[in-house]
This record gives sequence, C-alpha cells and structure tokens, in this order.
Amino acid sequence: MGGGFRRVYPENRPDHGGINKDEGLGESGARRPHVASLQQFGGLLESKRVYLHLLVNPYSCAINFAFRYIKRIGWQNQMKGSGMSSENKINTSMIDDLESGPWPSFVKDLKSLATKKPAVGQLLGQLNQSYEDRWNYWQGTVLNVDGYGGGVIARYSELAEKYPDIAQFHTIRIIPPAGWVYSTATLRELCDIWEKHSAGIIQLHGMTGDILLLGSDNKSTFDAAEELMEHGWDLGGSGAALRTLACCVGQARCEMALIDTMAIQTHITNTYISELHRPEFPYKYKFKISGCANDCACAMQRSDMPIIGTWRGPMQIDQAEVGKFVDGHGADFVIDNVITRCPTNCISLKDNQIEVDDDNCVRCMHCINVMHKALKPGKDRGATILIGGKRTLKIGDTMSSVLVPFMKLQTEEDWEKLTDLVERIWEFWGEHALEHERVGEFINRIGLGAFLDGVGLEPHPEMITAPRSNPYIKFEELAPGMLEGESGHDPAVVNEEVESMESTNS
Amino acid sequence: MARAKKMAPRDNGAPDYKKNLHPLMAKNYGKWSYHEKLRPGVLVHGAENGDRLYTVRAGSPRTLSVDKVRQICDIADKYCQGHLRFTSRANVEFLLANEADIDPLIKEVNETLGFPVGGTGHSISNIVHTQGWLHCNLPGTDAAGSVKALMDLLYEEFVTDDSLPARVKISASCCQINCGGQADISINLQHHHPPRIKPEGVGVCELPKVVAICPVAAIRPRQDETGKTTLEVVDEKCMYCGACHGQCPTMEIRDAKTDTLSIWLGGKTASTRKGPSFMRLAVWGLPNNTPRWPEVGAAVRKILDVYKQTGRPYERIGEWVDRIGWKRFFELTGFPFTKYHIDDSPLARSTFNTSSHVRL
Repeated sequence: MGGGFRRVYPENRPDHGGINKDEGLGESGARRPHVASLQQFGGLLESKRVYLHLLVNPYSCAINFAFRYIKRIGWQNQMKGSGMSSENKINTSMIDDLESGPWPSFVKDLKSLATKKPAVGQLLGQLNQSYEDRWNYWQGTVLNVDGYGGGVIARYSELAEKYPDIAQFHTIRIIPPAGWVYSTATLRELCDIWEKHSAGIIQLHGMTGDILLLGSDNKSTFDAAEELMEHGWDLGGSGAALRTLACCVGQARCEMALIDTMAIQTHITNTYISELHRPEFPYKYKFKISGCANDCACAMQRSDMPIIGTWRGPMQIDQAEVGKFVDGHGADFVIDNVITRCPTNCISLKDNQIEVDDDNCVRCMHCINVMHKALKPGKDRGATILIGGKRTLKIGDTMSSVLVPFMKLQTEEDWEKLTDLVERIWEFWGEHALEHERVGEFINRIGLGAFLDGVGLEPHPEMITAPRSNPYIKFEELAPGMLEGESGHDPAVVNEEVESMESTNS
Repeated sequence: MARAKKMAPRDNGAPDYKKNLHPLMAKNYGKWSYHEKLRPGVLVHGAENGDRLYTVRAGSPRTLSVDKVRQICDIADKYCQGHLRFTSRANVEFLLANEADIDPLIKEVNETLGFPVGGTGHSISNIVHTQGWLHCNLPGTDAAGSVKALMDLLYEEFVTDDSLPARVKISASCCQINCGGQADISINLQHHHPPRIKPEGVGVCELPKVVAICPVAAIRPRQDETGKTTLEVVDEKCMYCGACHGQCPTMEIRDAKTDTLSIWLGGKTASTRKGPSFMRLAVWGLPNNTPRWPEVGAAVRKILDVYKQTGRPYERIGEWVDRIGWKRFFELTGFPFTKYHIDDSPLARSTFNTSSHVRL
C-alpha cells in the first residue's frame, strides 16, 4: 500500500473489540478484528492492466473479463444474502440493517454503485467491520496536487490486504457554486468526471460546504483533479488555510437577505484563492455569510469571521398587512408570539397597528419571521462583521463576537473595506498567534482590546454586552512613564476608513 | 487596500453561481418580496413582479452515488428547468416554475429517489454529520449510519411542519472534536481515559506540536531507558479531549470498550430573540450500539415528547429549557442530574445559579 503512515500499532489498542450489546460495557463481548488474506479478494484487475492484456493477449483478456463478471455476480448474490462462494463474500450483515426504514439509505445506494465499482463493495465491507468491532480502519495523511497545499483528504485503509481496492481511498474537496445552486449540466459534468476516475461517491456537501468526492487512489486523484480543473472546477481548502466559504441562498431566493451573500462569497473566494490553496496561516480561517440574523449559513458558531446582513434606520411596516395578520390570527397570537418575544421590548400593538421603537431594535428578525408580509427590514442595508467563532477544541466553544457593528457591502469599494480589514487581521494574527491557534482563541489569550489595537479598530460599545467588572486595569495613559511625557507604546495602527464608517453609524 | 484579483494558472476560484441559478432566481435576484409555506416541504417565493418560484425540499443521505445524483438531475430536468440547490443540512431543494409540477415531482422524488419531502417550518430537518467510519481517520463511532437510524425514528417530524413548537436542528459527531457542531440536539461521542501511547510510534510525530496542542499541558517529553525522547501523559491533568490524537495517531484516545455517547441540548446559531446559545450536557453514558443506537434514539424521543408537551410556539429547545429551568427538565424527562452536569471549566461560575431564584 502506498505512501501514507504504515499501520500504526494495532497492538496498542486495548482490546478494542466491541461492546457486548447484552452486557452494556462489559468486556466479554470483545472481538478481535479479522484480517483476511490477499487471496480472498485476489483476481480483481485494474482496468489498465486489462487494457494491456487486450493488446497482448486477447484470449487471456476474455478469460479475465469473464472472471470479473463472475466476481460481480457473486457480489450481487451476496447482496441478496446468498453468496455464491465463500471466497468472495463481503460481509455486510450489520449494515444491511440500515437498508430498511423510511429514511433514504446510503447503504442501499452504495450497494447499487458497488455492482459496477468493486471498491465501493469493499468500502461497505470495511464499514461493516467497523460496525462489528466498533473500530475505525482509516489512516489519514497528506496528499497534495501539484501547486496546491490542500484540498485532498488522503485515506489509507488498514484492511488493505482484505480490501485492496480501497488501499488508497481519498477525498477531493471541490469549491461549490455559492449558495449550493446547480444546473443539472454542472452536476452531470461533475458526476461524469468523477465516475471516470474513482469509485464514484459524492457528498453534497461537507460540513465546511465543499463538494466532497470520495474514492480516488493516489494516481487517479491527480488525474481527476487535472480534469476537474480543466473544466473550471477548483480544489477546496484544508489545513492551516483559508477554508472554502459558505453562504445562505441570499438574494437569489429570499426576501430577508440584506446583503448579496453569493456575490460576497465568490468575491472573497477569488480574491484569496491563493490563501485558500496554500496553507500559510497559524490555523484554519473560515468565513460564512448569512443574509440576515436568522443565520442560515450557521456563521455565528461555525466560522472565524461571520458576515451577517443587517440594516440601519427604521423597519418597514405595512399596516394594512398588519391589520390582516391580526384579524387572521387574533391579537392574543400577536402578543404571545411577536410582541412579548422581542428581546428589547421595542415592538407594541395598538389598535391593530404595530409600532416599533427602532432605536432599540437589535435586528434579531423574530417579528419579521412571524409577520413576514407585514414587517420588513429597513432600507439602509449592510452587514455586521463578527470574529472568532469555533467549536470546542481546545479552550471551549467560542461564540463569534461583534467586530464591526455595521459595514455597507454593496459596492466593490465597500468590499475593499472588508478585504482591507481581513488582511489586517491576517497580518496581526499571522504574526502573533501560536501554531494551531484559531483567531477566537488568539483573542481570548491576548484580549479583545489588544486585538483591536493590533488590527487598527476603535473600541465600540456594540462589541460587548457589558463593561468589565474586574478593576485591575493597565491604563496606558495613566502609567507614570506616559504622565511624565513618554510617548507610550500604543500600536497606533488606525484605519481611518473604518473610523469614519463607525462614526456614521453612531 | 485589497489586492487585485490575481489567479495562478490553475487557481480557478469558485464556479460562477450566476450560471447555476434557476432562471426565475436570476430574473428576480434581489427582488423577492414574500414567501409562503404551502404544505410540509413545499415553499413558494413571490417576486415583486408577481413571479412565483416553488421549492420542494427533500431529505437526502448526503453520501450519494454518481447514479443517484444523476437521478436527481433527471427529475430536475423534467420539472425544474434543470436547476436545483442543496441546503446546509444536505437537503435537496427542487426549484419549480410551475405549481402544477409539484405533485408529479413529489411522486417521483418519493418513488424514484426514495427521498422524503419535508424539513420546512417547525420540523426536524436533516441531521448534519461528518464522515465517521466511512471516511474519517479519528472517529469512535459512525455518522452516516447513526444519522440514518435516527432519521428513521424521526421521520414523522421531518415530513410534518407543525408537530413541534419550533424547528429542531440535530447534529452528530464521532469524536470530541465535534465537527457536527452546535445544535438544538447534538449527539457526541465521549472518551473515558487518557490517550495510550505506543512509544515506538512517537517517532512519526512532531513532538513539540503534540506537546503544544494539549489544552491542559498534560503531555510532556520524557527520555526512555535507551535515551530516546518519547512522550508521557499526566493522567490527572488529561481531560480526554483527543486534541493530540488528531495531531499524532499514536496518541490513541479511542476505546471500543469504553467510549460512550452523550446528548447535548440548546445550541442555536440564529440571533433571533435572545441570540445564539451553546448546547449543554443533558444525558451521558449511552452505549455506542451499532447498527442502530437504540438507546440514543429512545433518549432523543423522550426529550422531544416532553418538548412537544411543554414548549411554546417559536421556542427553540434551548429557550424552552431556559424558561422551564433545568430542574424541571430533569424532572419531566426522568434523566438523572449528576455532578458531571456541573461545569468545571474556567468559565464554570458563569453557569452557576447566583441568585435565590429556585423552582420549589
């Protein structure tokens, strides 16, 4: 088997058999993993070798094709529970259970694919082994396409002797169209290229938002990547790099979308395509873009830099539609489900009319969600930029927090303000972060105040829910040295564009 | 100053979304004015000029064969002017210009694809998940299979849109990195002992990185008898997170005998109402029982039953528990409250009840 880590110390696994279902966590059910011999699945030929045979020896080739056909029939019979011979059985007895039930079954679909892609059958065999042993049989390592530092997730099977066709079984991450919109021609092209080079599994989509193509080996990964790139596709991010972006459907199909999420995503992707392909950050950096506070892109908790659509000024109210809504649902419904659910008590109902104290509205979207024909966001639209969201490793969950309360994002000039801020953040974080330190963890370590100094942003009350209660503070201006006339050590990295933008907001 | 758009010869960048938009999306881009829920899984979006675009949302298993994707395309060619989209939760959204096509499309989606239509409104949408045993190098359990098993149990909640107080988002994670992320209900694997190091394997790893990645400084270098540098773990400090396992496969954190599953409640990403929230531990110690994880299914069902009975409209699970209090939650569900539910991280005190407010 090629290239990766050799199988790492199976002996180290303390009886990693399985939990005996009848006895809970008892040890009696522990099983050792089975390792089959090469002969069990010998005889399957790579298509190129078959082609070579065809040139050299048509007779032998015909025999080989017949042999492959018999193998396939054997597989199909095994699928039906009546394996032809014990030699080529692939045991899927545990995961067969996942073919039943009303939810669509990936096992059923992959078994169907296995009739023409033997590797998929072996994949299911290994998965079944995992179900029996409660143990994983993939080793992970790095495989790079020329010129790229990421985008391929390499997997090597530890059961390659038993399942030779999945000895190398990699994933290629592909950047999808923004908002995951597709024409069928686009998807069919992807299917055709991928089927030609691999086992033909597609995941739509990975948790970051990439198209995931599963099932290529070391060579076909390169071939597939080349052909995909010839057709205009490109690899997604992995490792300590900018990751593939994600956004909601935005203005393509949603009246709530306050920014053009698809255009912004595409702009950031293409502006920083080099940072996406060649890891040079302390650790990963993710953007997700949601058109409003409903955050359909899950930006707040899943991205280092959420961009969330919002608005300034008054909300739009269609009082005729309000009247219809109140007549249709009753005033009690409106009070229980709209008025009393406002987080800042800024909305009220008087004589079948809605009044909003817009100065106290925090643009949470709840009332608009419930009464979406009567209430609409205001007309002066832009985005709130936040920073630092990620899941729990290593310092615990960090929720994104406000960095720029309001930024217009309509024109390319507006976008330049955003990318300018992004580059200042990358420069400061890249310079000072520890290895493997996400930007949210970095802010936790150095403090938001120091971070603002470092990236050249003025503090703004919308960045916090309350000022500090802890009284031990290093006031730079009041330190003895500065009182005596020293120039001090404030980083003095100030961006005037952002400053002026902030002042227009206040 | 942002740098000018500059691509290396093969840095193609993102595909052009404009070429992939449904014609009605392209025509009415930024000009939508309202939407309506026609029935579970079916939406209509109305544009300012009166155009109406219909959406039929169907649950998919996310892991698809190229042939299944082609079947999806066949249906979209027949009814959707050749256009469709996917949601962040792996649902397929068929986009239709003609209302009359909705019923025949749903019939084909159900019968040809075997996909259910639903996942809109106050439903349980598709469970987000990662690779698990199918394709990850770190998992202690499966993802695609456990999601399939759980969605079989939650099928009714997917195909209806009024059986719950609010939408319920579920995620599943196969190790304590928790790629599945925050959700109203999250099912996560837990490890129960420090990583077990095979000294010979340490050589393939960059030791300073392994030492540095430990959040609690429990890993330190050590000279073995032969004078070679290896690693050791201070068991008392280790919190079994597995950060080192991702860095170095020799730091084996998984254990088929002892790994269990736990259920966390109340994660919310939207800033609606009181804003986003993190999920909290509700149930722990559930067995990792392949192939269908029945104990997890039963616990999720119990939580949903109580939520349905006592939740108020538009109240997500976290908001519901906030209102009724965790004491009542444990009473109503019958799950035990233990000392392990009390946080012991540096932020723990922010989760203590620092008032005299108690529900008696």
